[in-house]
Amino acid sequence: MISDLFSLNVLIGILTSGVRLATSYLYAAIGETFGQISGVLNLGVEGIMLVSAYAGYIVVLKTEDPWLGLLAAILVGMVMGVATAFISVTLKADQGISGIGVYLFGLGFSDLLFRVTVKSPQILKGFGDVAIPVLSDLPVIGHIFFNHNILVYGAFLLVPVAWFVLNRTTFGLKIRAVGQNPEAADSLGISVARMRYATLMIGGGLSGVAGASLSIALLNMFQQNITAGQGFIAVALVYFGAWKPYRVMLGCLLFSMVNALQLWIQTLGIPIPSDIALMMPYVLTIVALVFAARSVVTQPAALTKPFERGE
Amino acid sequence: MTTIQSVELRGITKRFPGVLANDNISFDVRAGEIHALLGENGAGKSTLMKILYGLYKPDAGEILINGQPIRIKSPTDALRQGIGMVHQHFQLVPPFTVAENVALGLASSREPLTDLDVVSQRLRELSEQYGLRVDPNALVWQLAVGQQQRVEILKALYRDAALLILDEPTAVLVPQEVDELFVTLRKLTDTGHSLIFISHKLHEVMAISDRVTVLRDGRVAGTVATQDTTQKDLARMMVGRDVVTVWDKPECPSEMAVLRVEKLSALNDKGLPAVKNLSLSVCANEILGVAGVSGNGQRELAETIVGLRRATSGSVKVLNNEMTNHAPAAMIAAGVAFIPEERMTMGVIRDFTVQENAILETHADPGLADGVLLNFGKIQKHATRLVREYDVKTPTLDTPVKSLSGGNIQKLIMARELTRQPKLLIAAQPTRGVDIGASEYIHKRLIQERGRGTAILLISEDLDEVLALADRIAVMYEGEIVGIVEPNTPVDELGLMMAGATKGKSEK
Repeated sequence: MISDLFSLNVLIGILTSGVRLATSYLYAAIGETFGQISGVLNLGVEGIMLVSAYAGYIVVLKTEDPWLGLLAAILVGMVMGVATAFISVTLKADQGISGIGVYLFGLGFSDLLFRVTVKSPQILKGFGDVAIPVLSDLPVIGHIFFNHNILVYGAFLLVPVAWFVLNRTTFGLKIRAVGQNPEAADSLGISVARMRYATLMIGGGLSGVAGASLSIALLNMFQQNITAGQGFIAVALVYFGAWKPYRVMLGCLLFSMVNALQLWIQTLGIPIPSDIALMMPYVLTIVALVFAARSVVTQPAALTKPFERGE
Repeated sequence: MTTIQSVELRGITKRFPGVLANDNISFDVRAGEIHALLGENGAGKSTLMKILYGLYKPDAGEILINGQPIRIKSPTDALRQGIGMVHQHFQLVPPFTVAENVALGLASSREPLTDLDVVSQRLRELSEQYGLRVDPNALVWQLAVGQQQRVEILKALYRDAALLILDEPTAVLVPQEVDELFVTLRKLTDTGHSLIFISHKLHEVMAISDRVTVLRDGRVAGTVATQDTTQKDLARMMVGRDVVTVWDKPECPSEMAVLRVEKLSALNDKGLPAVKNLSLSVCANEILGVAGVSGNGQRELAETIVGLRRATSGSVKVLNNEMTNHAPAAMIAAGVAFIPEERMTMGVIRDFTVQENAILETHADPGLADGVLLNFGKIQKHATRLVREYDVKTPTLDTPVKSLSGGNIQKLIMARELTRQPKLLIAAQPTRGVDIGASEYIHKRLIQERGRGTAILLISEDLDEVLALADRIAVMYEGEIVGIVEPNTPVDELGLMMAGATKGKSEK
């Protein structure tokens, strides 16, 4: 019943799931932030996540070592990041269209491999929960924040790291410069192409972790289209977060909380049609993007524009 | 800084498809010297300097520094050799601070972390030394254009540039800022820097340079010591004939206002007020010049008058008819013609042919169309007439407009607008980026149009142009008219008004 939603235990449950579910959004969206800040809109995140999720899954299935699976997912993600860079930076293809191509490739290819190698869904043993000593014993908060698998902690630690790299290092300064004014960066001897390859590799690797966080940590299984649009939502979340890691994180939490809520609504058997509940995060994507304050100043001015040395 | 005693370019030739941009050019600059490079657009100045700065590779010729031949393959090479360039379009990252812009691309003393405090400290010292006041922590997009230019110069000095190439540095400045810049340039030469000063403004070249090299059609038309030459001689070298700079204007016989703008306000693209409670009027047979530094609302004013931008309050009347926020089509029907500031995006459709662009507004007129069908015979005849009458140099009528030169595109736009015999012409930056020959022609047409009885609102950042053509000059600053003055007003006074100094004074 609806009133069940408001008991403390359910509330803690929703918040705990929300934090857990934010993981894949966070890796994908922070990775995408790097690409977009350097001026490349990588719409292929979803496809990279899918192939990486499969790669992590199959490696863990064969070796039973989740760390090896994670490594495989990162490598696959980085390779696909380089491929994306080759298409959009070197070949200067339209980023919107080529991103959809990468997505469709990932969707089909991951499913094909899965059907050929695994055939029927199998649950495996991935990353288990690690309770953090002392902190996890705190009432309420301990359960919500400090009793998760290792990838969940990593996702939240990634946010300040990303902020630091982007805002306090020469590498970050160059990334931001090629996204705002590639001509200026070029005139100072910075290779625009090299920077964009670098950010797309970072984004690819993190998308890989995002995929793996589903297949070898959260769900511990693989199935066709396991990501269900999370990669695309991550792209939108970067806009929503105005290219700032902390605001992107807030967006991720907003989405994961809505997701958690809709899962609990179904679990508790509250009489809202499941289709409506399932739709909520996607409707929220649209609403959030419409109302997200577009910051003219922080938006990378060269976003989606391939760089060509002038006149 | 290690001083460069001399930089010499020998026999530089650069060919682009269909164009010989630089034809066997030789040029040199010595320590402590300001060498001006003068020429019309397309004369090859920028190409030559891009070769020296490593952005282009020459087809023939060599570059020597202190007598030693060297190869410059990239801007990084150029900087390493002590050559810095201040581009006409600033190469700055607007959301960055001044210090971040300067530090960009340089090794930090704390790799991989940035060392902006160290950079800021050294910047302050350089600012002090050369009189280039600017706050290292200021965000570049919030700086005035003159300050942004200082950042560009500081960027080069920070990289130990001994030779500075300044590409049209005065184009964006008000007269007072030009004076300040010249003081800085003198300080630079006193400390042994060499400067290449690119310009097409004769009086500035006369004022600041030690020697002048004039380029015409990709060749050197001559190199002279500044003290041995005159503006008139330089103009002749540039164009190849004498040039008219002062126009005789018949007296304005009519007092009737064709355009009356009252208390007009409008927002810019960022949603901030750009035109603020502005009033002006233009009579028949009159050119009202609107002077001002770029970005003070001129563009928004023009767009609001012609119906391309919403007026938030106030009114626009054409021949006493209320036309505020009317659609562009209604403005065209009311006899309003518009020469927009952005020639390539608002004036023409780049990929359309010359004749298609010639009929953008009038394609549905009975003279050009039979009902819903275009009559290509008539269109061709119409376009042929325009091209001939307005001296548009194009290979054919079917040439895409984007392959014409700026001057010819502008003439085509004028032809299209003026052939409708407008009552009111709004001309925004009609000669920006246009060579002297075409710009002289455009000025002649504007004067003719004035004589025909058209009211002309001439919005221009080129003060010389406004002074030469306008019957009255309205100075615009931060979205307001700070004063309307006669064209014989001293340039200094105009400069002060353009900088906002005499706000609220002297409505004559």
